[in-house]
Amino acid sequence: MPEKLPQDSVGLVSPCSMEFQQAVQLECKQELKAYTLVYECYGKLNATASNAVLICHALSSHHHAAGYHSLDDKKPGWWDTCIGPGKAIDTNHFFVVCSNNIGGCHGSTGPTSINPQTAKPWGSDFPIITVKDWVKIQSQLSDHLGIQKWAAIVGGSLGGMQVLQWSIDFPERIAHAVVIASAPKLSAQNIAFNEVARQAIISDPHFHKGHYYQKDTYPKQGLALARMVGHITYLSDEAMRLKFGRDLQSGNLNFGFNAEFEVESYLRHQGEVFAQSFDANSYLLMTKALDYFDPAHAFDGNLQAALQHVLCKFLVISFTTDWRFSSARSQEIVNALLAVKKEVSYADIDAPQGHDSFLLTNPRYITLFKNYMSRIAADITLRRDVR
Amino acid sequence: MMTIENLRPELALIQKWIQTKARVLDMGCGDGELLSFLQRDRQVSGYGLEIDEDKISACVVKGVNVIEQNLDADLSNFADQSFDVVVMTQALQVMQHPHKVLEEMTRIGQEAIITFPNFGHWKTRWYLTLKGKMPVSETLPYSWYDTPNIHLCTFRDFEELCKQQNYKIINRAVTDTKHQRGNWFTRRLPNLLAEIAIYRISKY
Repeated sequence: MPEKLPQDSVGLVSPCSMEFQQAVQLECKQELKAYTLVYECYGKLNATASNAVLICHALSSHHHAAGYHSLDDKKPGWWDTCIGPGKAIDTNHFFVVCSNNIGGCHGSTGPTSINPQTAKPWGSDFPIITVKDWVKIQSQLSDHLGIQKWAAIVGGSLGGMQVLQWSIDFPERIAHAVVIASAPKLSAQNIAFNEVARQAIISDPHFHKGHYYQKDTYPKQGLALARMVGHITYLSDEAMRLKFGRDLQSGNLNFGFNAEFEVESYLRHQGEVFAQSFDANSYLLMTKALDYFDPAHAFDGNLQAALQHVLCKFLVISFTTDWRFSSARSQEIVNALLAVKKEVSYADIDAPQGHDSFLLTNPRYITLFKNYMSRIAADITLRRDVR
Repeated sequence: MMTIENLRPELALIQKWIQTKARVLDMGCGDGELLSFLQRDRQVSGYGLEIDEDKISACVVKGVNVIEQNLDADLSNFADQSFDVVVMTQALQVMQHPHKVLEEMTRIGQEAIITFPNFGHWKTRWYLTLKGKMPVSETLPYSWYDTPNIHLCTFRDFEELCKQQNYKIINRAVTDTKHQRGNWFTRRLPNLLAEIAIYRISKY
């Protein structure tokens, strides 16, 4: 945490928590009788609730998207680079909401929560959650907050998939969709990486079929391995070469299996840190949500048909070196939108950092994003003045 | 705000050929000047295609839909006859394969509007004749070794290509960088006197 809060920070923020007592029917045919959603809000909702922006988080993120929880925080929220006064999602204009998805491990109902039927943590009995379920639950939060229509819903990666699902499931409730570094569905290769991650967790002896909480342990090694695999897919070959090359930690070869190359120690560190802060069951759920995402499936695999009734305008952004969700995947979305004559803008940002680019501050990306959002803000002001 | 008075002269000319509520594809749309004007003034819908990321950002702030796409690459994501008009201003000469791009434009749009610098303009001819060097002018400001203009042509060249590819020339107009419409002489002798060629074509 800096000495004092930066000017362009939303400042000190606290999460809100909402207990929803109405049951929600999930895609897997199970029902969640009640659930808690944890979320954060930044900026001010205007009188007509027309300036609200929903942020959908990616695989391992949460509701803390911007600002600081305390002056002792080392880092701000995960998308602080883009949310704040004067930033791409300008909190001088927008009321910004980010909720922790169900199934996560940061306060919203998930595998670590108590299953009312057993009075024990859900563990691996927690129902499989899909992107469609998340969107349905986010719509309940929208009702609670009095937001009939979001000025924009924004997300990167798995977050972008939620945005796409929103546009299809609630066309009247979203004016603009910003889909960044995402895909209309996972490829076999994507699923394969997820499966390796899941197997790493499940085969860890401390996993105990997902009920490790009662045993006071957790599959630390498996979760760390899962993250290591995932992390490789977030970086480009070029980014790894530039960051680590073949640099050795000690400067010379030791002819052993300890972490010798910089990249090895980096991945191990990333895995370890992640394993301490994330829940293995949540990770399994999140990767499944990714695998199952395929909005075209309900339309005989026809994405154009799935998008036929969307009403919002789209901004789709991909990054040239992203190989997890390559530019071609974003172009599938764009081309389907073009085919059904929907309003869409698209840019393939020349960025060396791979999938991670969506969380970084490439100037062209930020300018484009900011320009798009400022146009939305201007239109809201215009409508208000006309009225 | 984009009004007809501050449109580039050639754009002010071609906007007359675009109907209210038309679906327009602007290939090489730059900062979205034309579409921004047409959206407001003519309620058109459509997209611009552009490869320069700064220009894409400039379009977006105007509320113009813009797609990053290379015009020399595959354009098959646009269906046959899916637009009323496909426009391409000042970009034909930078294409790898101008004839293929024209074929795509006439496939995608009912009509295509194309503008390009006329290499047959008397100043260009004079420059080459007198100096024996590749012409550099206001419309063609680049050195021969460092220019995006790799396929320059004249009015006559273009009309020959249209004939060869079997396109109907619906309209032809001339302009220069400063004035909206050429004078009587320019319209009579475009290949010699007009700096910028403007064509409206379609398939037969």
